Amino acid sequence: MKFNGKVLLGLAAAAALALSAPMLSAQDAAPKVIKIGYAISKTGPNAGGANITQIPNYQLWVQEVNAKGGLLLKQYGKRIPIEVVEYDDRSNSEEAVRAVERLIEQDKVDLLLPPWGTGINLAVGPTFNKHGYPQMTFSAVTDRAPELAKRWPNSFWFLGTSKQYIDALVELMVKLRKEGKINDQIAMVSVADGFGIDLSKAARSGFEAAGFKLVFDKSYPVGTQDMAPIVGEAERSKADTFIAFSYPPDTVAIVDQARLTSYAPKVMFTGVGTFFPLFPQRFGDNAEGVISLGGWSKDNKATMEYREKIRKLVNRDPDYWGSQIGYSSLQMLEQAIERVGKIDRAAIIKELQTGTFDTVIGKIKLENNMPKDAFWLLGQWQDGLYVGVAPQRPGVADLRVPKAPWKK
Amino acid sequence: MNARNLVIIAVLAAAVVLLAFVPSFTNGYQLSLAINIVSYTVLATAWTLFSGPTRYVSLATVAFFGIGAYTVAVLGEQLAWPLVLLIAFVIGFALSLLVGLSTLRLSGVYFVIFTLGLAELVRQLVTWYEVNITRTLGRYIFLDVTHAQIYWQLLALAVTVFISGWLIQRSKLGLALRVIGDDEAVARHVGINTVMAKVVLFAFSASFMTLAGAIMAPRWTYIDPAIAFNPVVSFQVLIMALLGGVHRLYGPIFGVIPLVMLFEILLAKFPNHFSILVGIAFLLIVYAIPRGIVGLIEGVQLSLRKAKGAGA
Repeated sequence: MKFNGKVLLGLAAAAALALSAPMLSAQDAAPKVIKIGYAISKTGPNAGGANITQIPNYQLWVQEVNAKGGLLLKQYGKRIPIEVVEYDDRSNSEEAVRAVERLIEQDKVDLLLPPWGTGINLAVGPTFNKHGYPQMTFSAVTDRAPELAKRWPNSFWFLGTSKQYIDALVELMVKLRKEGKINDQIAMVSVADGFGIDLSKAARSGFEAAGFKLVFDKSYPVGTQDMAPIVGEAERSKADTFIAFSYPPDTVAIVDQARLTSYAPKVMFTGVGTFFPLFPQRFGDNAEGVISLGGWSKDNKATMEYREKIRKLVNRDPDYWGSQIGYSSLQMLEQAIERVGKIDRAAIIKELQTGTFDTVIGKIKLENNMPKDAFWLLGQWQDGLYVGVAPQRPGVADLRVPKAPWKK
Repeated sequence: MNARNLVIIAVLAAAVVLLAFVPSFTNGYQLSLAINIVSYTVLATAWTLFSGPTRYVSLATVAFFGIGAYTVAVLGEQLAWPLVLLIAFVIGFALSLLVGLSTLRLSGVYFVIFTLGLAELVRQLVTWYEVNITRTLGRYIFLDVTHAQIYWQLLALAVTVFISGWLIQRSKLGLALRVIGDDEAVARHVGINTVMAKVVLFAFSASFMTLAGAIMAPRWTYIDPAIAFNPVVSFQVLIMALLGGVHRLYGPIFGVIPLVMLFEILLAKFPNHFSILVGIAFLLIVYAIPRGIVGLIEGVQLSLRKAKGAGA
């Protein structure tokens, strides 16, 4: 009996300890830091894109949050600074998968930021999903985005599908044709890589359905340097519209070649690179009228301030497509964390899916894990600024057609 | 001698059984690391299987690895998994026979350049096909294969590679290959069909690489030619095999493990200086241990034995 009493007493004490322990720790043991990890391409073919669109955003956001003292977690009633753990995925899917696993299992990060590019984001998708980390991609364009968001409810696809960009382009072109500003012929070239193939495929069906004729349609290998034959053939096709789904080096080469031969199609669309800061630097006034993906709101103070901050940080402009959207996604993450008030990833994902957020590009509410009408799909260089021309939403600039002749 | 062999076999079997339990006491990251080690062990050993005895340096590893991954991307969702692996093996075997018959008469640096070109050729062919025929470049692989299953398959493949290598070494073919490695002209003169011997071995080596690619593919969800045919893989396999030592079939293991660990440490501690540090490490390896770690160990053993002999 005596023995039993002791045991009971011991048990009671243990139970009291066990019950009080979590309560105590919840109050007292606020973490010193919130660990945020990312694996991104610092070397290899993806490094260029990651360096322009993604890494400066991460640096700026962490710097700003930490300048405020950190993320405000209601659960502990105070701000907790962010500590970053970063790895190089060497532009390699297998490395990326392992680096993300390392971040989760070894470094035990609280949250993850996405890697750069469609392929690598898809590669790490199952790992993010398995461990329930929100994955807010803003450098991946895939037509499977809606399906992926269903498969992995923790994944967000800010740039959406290639079809949505083509739909916007077709709509603009139909309007121009109706106004008699262009004929119904299109010359299209595309780089033989993910971006060029996806967009040209969507464009082929989109334009044909709208009654346009693709009088010239050719793809060229990645790394092609001499664009003279392609631009020459496009010129001889007599199409009013010239579309190039190109990568930065080819974009520059195509515009150079068009300027050289004074080829001035009424509508001139070029690919990645057009919305990079290097484009106006290289082409000056001749950039005027060139159309591409993305776009900037000219009378949005917040985006202009954001541009200044990036300029100060990395000494160059952000790009005019993904950068602003990426930074907005980080602001959304910050707001979602602070609303939830603790690092509860399931609750944060839920808040991201359902909440409305204030960002540098305006208010964002997600629909099926993708933003709707939240940013410009198409932009055009007008008076030295890359302004949004589609979709039709407040602040939209009128498309300027025909493109002004080249100045030598 | 027989008893000693039995003991070795028993120890190796026990090691494999132990390794099979790795997924049950590792977390996801450690398992990932184990997958990386086993997959490079398969590739580097398969590489050594052919290049060790013949001394033909091949940079085509990723060509076959990538073909395996693409086989899964094309057929993975339509056929049963064992069938997919079988088809990958057959494709790898057939292609390497074709390649082997047309190129293994080349030797020295011509062969090296050709194999490097082969990987690029295959990549460009796949790209051309996808761009002009299917009109999509990326392919999605949604297969419910867990990482533990990938690990077990790779482990089984590694065991298969070692057993095949051991059997080949003990066969007439193995003897023929050693003669070829020492002097191909002599081999021809003593009546060895050198081309046939090399081609058969090349085909086996390549089909193991193809299988490794097929097994790994479900880890990536998405592949395109740049991902599947990443030339870095070929170079890493080469340097791992060289570090370990290519004159023994088990040599590459001694290169794979330290290099995978080294890459991992560099990546974690110096994410911004990775490339330059790896370059320095490679230089050190080539200059300091040209015969690989196994060669180094054997050298030490030999000199110890000599010292003993001198003492007695």
